[in-house]
Amino acid sequence: MNAVVGVQTPAQRVGRGARSALLLVSALIFLIPFYLLVRNSLASSPEIAGLDFTFWPAKPEWANFSAAFHNDQIPFGRSLLNSIVVSAVQTFLTVLLSAAAGYGLARIPYRYAGFITGMVLATLMVPAAVTFLPTFVVVSSLGWVSDLRGLIIPGLFVALPVFLFRQQFLDFPKDLEDAGRIDGLGYPGVFFRVVLPNSGSFVAAVAAITFLGSWNAFLWPLVIAQEPSSWTIQVALSAFNNSQSTNFPVLFAASAIAVVPVLVIFLGLQRFIRQGYETSGTTG
Amino acid sequence: MTTEGAVAPSRSSPVSAPAASRRIGPWRRLAGTQNRNVWFWVFVGPFLLGLLVFVYVPIGWSVYLSFFDAHNTVTPTDFVGLANYSAMLSDPAFLSSLGTFAIFAVVIVPLTFALSLALALAVNRSRAFAAFYRSAFFLPTACSYVVASLIFKMSIFNGLPSGMANWILSLFGNDTGVPWLAVADPPWYWLVLVMLRLWLQAGFYMILFLAGLQRIPDVLYEAAAIDGAKPGWQTFRYITFPQLRASSVAIGVLLLINAFQAFDEFYNTLSNFGTYPPYARPPLVYLYYTALGKEQNLGLGSAGAIILAVLIAIVTVLQLRFLRTGRSAS
Repeated sequence: MNAVVGVQTPAQRVGRGARSALLLVSALIFLIPFYLLVRNSLASSPEIAGLDFTFWPAKPEWANFSAAFHNDQIPFGRSLLNSIVVSAVQTFLTVLLSAAAGYGLARIPYRYAGFITGMVLATLMVPAAVTFLPTFVVVSSLGWVSDLRGLIIPGLFVALPVFLFRQQFLDFPKDLEDAGRIDGLGYPGVFFRVVLPNSGSFVAAVAAITFLGSWNAFLWPLVIAQEPSSWTIQVALSAFNNSQSTNFPVLFAASAIAVVPVLVIFLGLQRFIRQGYETSGTTG
Repeated sequence: MTTEGAVAPSRSSPVSAPAASRRIGPWRRLAGTQNRNVWFWVFVGPFLLGLLVFVYVPIGWSVYLSFFDAHNTVTPTDFVGLANYSAMLSDPAFLSSLGTFAIFAVVIVPLTFALSLALALAVNRSRAFAAFYRSAFFLPTACSYVVASLIFKMSIFNGLPSGMANWILSLFGNDTGVPWLAVADPPWYWLVLVMLRLWLQAGFYMILFLAGLQRIPDVLYEAAAIDGAKPGWQTFRYITFPQLRASSVAIGVLLLINAFQAFDEFYNTLSNFGTYPPYARPPLVYLYYTALGKEQNLGLGSAGAIILAVLIAIVTVLQLRFLRTGRSAS
């Protein structure tokens, strides 16, 4: 009651202060791993694995970053490039394919649309991790092992974004579409020039989530990218971690290169990503 | 609505129906009014084709493979019936991987649920810096399990005095430290795996809970206050938590499915120089080594994948039913 009126007893004020302090401490604890990542990437080997805990390297070793690119065993630069290509292409094609499919299912009347929607949604029930083996069987018989096609293409056909777009387009104002039709646009015209441009933040949400998932994916790239030339960044970091002669500060510099840009983009697009997760989390 | 299209013109005037169907040629009938059927397939076809090739065909193929002796081949000829299934179900390693999943799920699902709900409640109430707190808890979601494993393995739980966990223990007078990942008994590795996943995913579920909290109408809280409900536990117990039921059910199911799919952090914290210890192998790690290791036994692996798919479906349905009956009872 008091809180509603805005008057606080001293006890409530203490409680509020304790809660704020607890919240601040928890937030700082959540940030510790990021601090360690940055510290390690600038440290020297003894500072990471020595006898004492080091708060901050005595002399930041910026050379760790360039050393990450000049590693004989781990093709880090190539892996980074592969990841950029795979994630960008996968994001673009996922948005295009699933927005088109979602639009078709939501807005183009067709006798079997209900049945096809059911076919798409049924695959939501099958965890992707259970199908990695069967999909590997198909992809390997297509000859796409250690090939960027094998990394990109099978990941495009996920039901969730189609479902999200379908829900989104079911609510799209019919008047806007009709206005486009009166201007002489057919289905593709309405889709590309009216529907997509007016669903910008939703497209951004799906794109951001797809990119993040693609960038951080590990199991599928591990299975399919067997030659080092086709490794993604996560596979390369994992191999780095598992190789006998690892220079750990360099490994962490490589990890920081893989993570920090994504974190920055993530913070920038946070609003869209949250929206996307909210809709996908409660429906999917 | 879906039966419009080809049928629509004849429906408007039943008398002229035969005439109309004679006028509409086979192509027009196929293409539909305004070529709708054609456009439907232009829009949906590419995705559907991919779904068939990369989801439906693989599932069918792997059902087929599971009945064959398929070492190193995807076109086997040696039919073995249910032998792969019985081999899988009597393999102690497979059964222990199910046990590993069960232990992991029993710990991680409630812990993540409680922590993310607590974070959501705290962030939702905090007036100052709510955006900062939300970002701080949400940020780990953007980190990959591979990098998180590296950090936890090498800098927090490395078992050396320079590792953060042992350094904190030394501040409390424990100078011997704990060999976190290096030993199987006591199973300290569980603590590492649970902390890691908790750190990485709590913020994600916090976002889902926050969305649920914001959908609760203020009127309910005002009414409760007038009825004399004390802010805090009473309000949470009788207003907030019941109102969050939809979010809670969805989050419970998501948490379980994600725990079932755990692979990345197990593989990256526990395997050393290409060998994985015989313990703490969740189902996917087991499957990975069985089907793609030295043996390349795809028949056995397929049988395992199908058993797992069926199991997770059963568990999900049971969980949903359990949570739904909870609702009808209350």
